[in-house]
Amino acid sequence: MADLTDLTLAEARDGLRRKAFSAREITQAHIAAVEAARPLNAFITETPERALAMAAASDARLARGEALPLDGMPLAIKDLFCTEGVETTAASRILGGFKPPYESTVTAKLWAAGAAMLGKTNLDEFAMGSSNMTSARGPVESPWRRPGDNRPLVPGGSSGGSAAAVAARAALAAIGTDTGGSIRQPASFCGIVGLKPTYGRCSRWGIVAFASSLDQAGPMTRSVRDAAMMLQAMAGYDPRDSTSAPVAVPDFEAALTGDIRGLRIGIPREYRVDGMPAEIEALWQRGIDWVREAGAEIVEISLKLTKYALPTYYIIAPAEASANLARYDGVRFGLRVPGATLDEMYENTRGEGFGAEVRRRVLIGTYVLSAGYYDAYYLKAQRVRSLIAQDFTQAFERCDAILTPTAPSAAFPIGERMDDPIAMYLNDVFTVPVNLAGLPGISVPAGLSGDGLPLGLHVIGRAFDEETVLRVGEVIESAAAFTAKPQFTAGAAP
Amino acid sequence: MALDKATVARIAALARIKVPEAEQEHLAGELSQILRWIEQLDEVDTEGVEPMSSVTATRLPMRADAVTDGNIRDKILANAPQAAHGFFAVPKVVE
Repeated sequence: MADLTDLTLAEARDGLRRKAFSAREITQAHIAAVEAARPLNAFITETPERALAMAAASDARLARGEALPLDGMPLAIKDLFCTEGVETTAASRILGGFKPPYESTVTAKLWAAGAAMLGKTNLDEFAMGSSNMTSARGPVESPWRRPGDNRPLVPGGSSGGSAAAVAARAALAAIGTDTGGSIRQPASFCGIVGLKPTYGRCSRWGIVAFASSLDQAGPMTRSVRDAAMMLQAMAGYDPRDSTSAPVAVPDFEAALTGDIRGLRIGIPREYRVDGMPAEIEALWQRGIDWVREAGAEIVEISLKLTKYALPTYYIIAPAEASANLARYDGVRFGLRVPGATLDEMYENTRGEGFGAEVRRRVLIGTYVLSAGYYDAYYLKAQRVRSLIAQDFTQAFERCDAILTPTAPSAAFPIGERMDDPIAMYLNDVFTVPVNLAGLPGISVPAGLSGDGLPLGLHVIGRAFDEETVLRVGEVIESAAAFTAKPQFTAGAAP
Repeated sequence: MALDKATVARIAALARIKVPEAEQEHLAGELSQILRWIEQLDEVDTEGVEPMSSVTATRLPMRADAVTDGNIRDKILANAPQAAHGFFAVPKVVE
């Protein structure tokens, strides 16, 4: 029998239905893998008992022939999703000890589809970061290493624990959230698939809020088909999220036809950014060749405001964060640091509770929203955001999907780029515009860098057209035939 | 825009975050660097462009004006750092 921790979701589904193994067996294999993966620091909380109880319920349904779509699938959950009775930290000191009295919509939908929870994964504090180094619970190590170089690498961020767990075979699949690239960039760094759905496709109810107009939940998997299976369970209108879209959810797996003949794929010339490594450029060109060979038409397009997307994001996201994080006041949940007055208690709690990056962003956000600066910074950024969204609207008159690299580099060693916030922000140069425009995007592993690390290609689609994004993603996945595995795997036998 | 120490202290007070005086100078430098980088947006002509606050429809959906939850006081208070007599407890605010 193949190693149960090395299956795709689709393979696990087939094996469970054929009774080649039970939900309990595959779940136990993953619980052991989660333990073996502890050196990566990918999990903040492990929930083996809950996973086994959920697996038992799956086995009972499988025995009755009433299997649900994700029955027997052990998943890792970014510790930004509220899970009832299970500590939810956002990797921040300020939420230490918080046990939500409710379940997020997206996780509730996964459990209703039969999946089992292995635990809660590490992340950048409040999802603010691109390296997982801002976590109050310590950095996550990528399971990948440069051959001949033993320095631990970042898994990317902010969904770094989820990406590391899936790449290291410690979870069959995981979920993350993506505000500026937090699913796609770690997926690229760890050699897995990461999908950010259209804004409004998945409910944000019960997700610890970072920037409400940008945040979106999505799957992190080892195949494009698995991403489709996960999205199927996660997506759908939720009356408890007023920005959740009342649109029908299509059959995402059915979109994986492998046929992209006649599809127009846009190549944005502005994505050839200064200083982009030649190997990223070469990978992008290979991607262009693959889709052309599959019968797609290549169209050069212009997204002329690309270089302004990051500075726009670094006004809008901190502004929204400063408002959302006002709720951490030491009164209703989490940390309280005493003070002589109520204000002093607030200031002490927030001073000790927030890490350096979160503090920086809340202060920037407070500044750009403050009297006298609101128009010059915040309103200006919102106007540029309109233009960025218009760029995409115009581009999609000429093409059906857009192909770019996911990130401008491969993973870097833990500790690097920490002294310069802007150098860290540049990780998301290709992903941030997609969030500002609310569009779906997928990162698919497409090759290895010169020093042996995974690199992803990024497909962007029209709003609510995840089907085309997945279809093109799968064609790239097939052409790339990415089979490399990280140096560290937690499963039984590599 | 370069921020000085006093401005950092003022923003920190607005954000209700205690920033020790020893860190204010360094933070002023970091925040100024970020703001200078952000100010490249001034190059973009946004005359007559509507600000965009959300990608979704501007009209939010309405729901029935009905109570859909309630009677969960103890659940709500369960995470309070300090609660008393069924209320959140805070330092004295009225003399």
